[in-house]
Amino acid sequence: MGKKWGRIGAFFAIIIAVGILISQTAFDVARSTNLGLDLQGGFEVLYELQPEDGQELTENDIQATASALNQRVDVLGVSEPSITVEGEDRIRVQLPGVEDQEEARELLSTEAELSFRDVDDNLMLSGEDLEQGGASAVFDEQNQPIVQLTLQDGQEFGEITEELYTNPPPENSLVIWLDYEEEEHAFYDEIGEADPAFLSAPSVNEPLYTDTVTIQGGFTLEEAEFLAEVLNAGSLPVQIEEVYSNAVGASLGEQALEETLFAGLVGVSLILLYMMAYYRFMGVIAAITLSVYIYLVMILFNSIQGVLTLPGIAALILGVGMAVDANILTYERIKEELKDGKSMKSAYKAGSRRALGTIIDANVTTIIAAAVLFYFGTSAVQGFAVMLIVSILTSFITAVYGSRLLLGLWINSRSLNRKYWLFGVKERDVRRGL
Amino acid sequence: MFAVDFNMAKKNIDLIKHRKKYFVFTIAVVLAGAILLSTMGLNLGIDFESGTRVDFMSEEPLTEEEIENEFAVVGLEPDDITLAGENNEQASAQFIGFLEEGEVTDIQGHFEDVFGSEPNVSTVSPQIGRELAINALIATGLAALGIVIYVAIRFEFLYGLAAITALLYDAFLVISVFSLLQLEINIPFIAAVLTVVGYSINDTIVTFDRIRENVKKEEEITSFDHLAGVVNNSLLQTLTRSLNTVITVLFAAVAIWLLGSEAITSFAFAIVIGMIAGTYSSLFFAAQLWLVWKYKVIEKERNKPVSEAEES
Repeated sequence: MGKKWGRIGAFFAIIIAVGILISQTAFDVARSTNLGLDLQGGFEVLYELQPEDGQELTENDIQATASALNQRVDVLGVSEPSITVEGEDRIRVQLPGVEDQEEARELLSTEAELSFRDVDDNLMLSGEDLEQGGASAVFDEQNQPIVQLTLQDGQEFGEITEELYTNPPPENSLVIWLDYEEEEHAFYDEIGEADPAFLSAPSVNEPLYTDTVTIQGGFTLEEAEFLAEVLNAGSLPVQIEEVYSNAVGASLGEQALEETLFAGLVGVSLILLYMMAYYRFMGVIAAITLSVYIYLVMILFNSIQGVLTLPGIAALILGVGMAVDANILTYERIKEELKDGKSMKSAYKAGSRRALGTIIDANVTTIIAAAVLFYFGTSAVQGFAVMLIVSILTSFITAVYGSRLLLGLWINSRSLNRKYWLFGVKERDVRRGL
Repeated sequence: MFAVDFNMAKKNIDLIKHRKKYFVFTIAVVLAGAILLSTMGLNLGIDFESGTRVDFMSEEPLTEEEIENEFAVVGLEPDDITLAGENNEQASAQFIGFLEEGEVTDIQGHFEDVFGSEPNVSTVSPQIGRELAINALIATGLAALGIVIYVAIRFEFLYGLAAITALLYDAFLVISVFSLLQLEINIPFIAAVLTVVGYSINDTIVTFDRIRENVKKEEEITSFDHLAGVVNNSLLQTLTRSLNTVITVLFAAVAIWLLGSEAITSFAFAIVIGMIAGTYSSLFFAAQLWLVWKYKVIEKERNKPVSEAEES
């Protein structure tokens, strides 16, 4: 008698403990899930790297470009940016929650290649001669915002200015360019323009042996800060071209998520109700393990820093289906064994054992498919595959072991013996032994 | 009150007898799909056609005229406007070809002023969508190969072949239905087809697992009818499970189809079609196909020693 109530007590203790754990943390888990652009809103750009003529794109170039983009994204202060290399020459930048898309686009795509040239466009100094992180926005004597740079070598700058200052104006100008294009830009074409393509062209009136250089480009404070940040983030080693961009308004994403979550909730509730109606007592166990399953999937998915997207939700639905299927397979087997006249305990044992082989085969085949999709697929396909793998592994734990543990406590307490109706088995269907 | 029990094993249902009709039906469906695809083709969304799409929503119900007027303010004329949402408070306007960056900014600024929320502007070159589709196709092909290898090791090669045939049928049917209804094909659709593929594998393997188990119990297959009987029994034994599983998954898929966000309506619909097709192919197609192939192999093996004996 004591043993019987001990097992049933253990069952309720587990349920209460799990119930408390879920109800206390579910909200935080849901909140800490990273939502993809299609659910949260934000901005996404796919860039294609364009190596200079005749040059091969190396693995190094791609990594360097990706990390330069990463530093620029830091400037924007995006909380969960995602920068992924795709294929051989593409980099996808995803910026969830970014409000000013134009600023983001500009910041990302500028090459930020600073160059100092003479009036005939000969290169004197390039961005490589700058001290890392040495740029800042400051104010000059007239309280005008300017950008201050630190050079690696003041001596070299001195020699250049030494050479320039003897020239008559305007040939003593040191022209400062951002993103100079050889075929497009020339100093003499731009000097007459109201808004020249170069940043500034200060006259050099004396040799300047200094490692501090300022750019007075008639900037606003924001422009000066932007330029300083871009220069600090470093230039892009390879030119990039935007091949795809996608902007999702936040409110559209929010509504999509609310509606979809509600729909998912309705769907899962219907599944649980159906399971309880059809499988009675075992259905209740299934409802408990399915709830734990959804909770665990979200925890696991968060812990591998997964990003939930619409395809991810699709995989979650498939995962719920497979978790339900594992329950159904086991329960159907148990019912078959019960109808064969086996005792409650041996029907439970034989049913669980025989269903396990089927469940393993079905899950392994689907995992193989998901692993191949993950390995060979890109973006949306990969997101689907990750969620599917997480779902299947979790469903295996909850639907097989969770179910067995909970059901086993009741079966072994013997309090269910001969209560066929609790399993949805009609007593007249049970084959009587001899 | 709830006394339904799909206890089919005891009822005398023969799922094998009419197999030729099922085969004819299946082939007819595939042919119809092929004709549809070659004549009507697919309604490729902006993911696969170059262009720009502006999605936005408003507090008030919208009309097409109103939207055309608002676009006229920024000097643009959309090629297509679709209204969505319960009271038409959502809309999407499509432009074939690209918009200039300035035009995008104009639209975003103007529509935010008018409707109070920033519209969702997506531009895409068809190259990216097509690459994704081709990539998904190749990945699915390789996944199918992996499944055949696993099933060939765990089960037997013929099971794998029949499972893959059923899987391809399911995926093809979903694509054909989208061609028939001219529903838009977008990137989530690819995920939906992948879901269907995953479900189809799961469903077929469960049935095949039971067939394998029951075939093992038989000492020797004496005739076609004998093997057919074993297959039929296996199908009936797993029928309750097949129906219950598809019903539960359909609960989730239909709920998302009818109640979910506009953006995934067609996606959920694809899953619903695929689930139904998957159940059909597991019950009426995959096992029957395996049965016919398997019996041919058995016959061949039986005849082999005889013919060799005749020669010697």
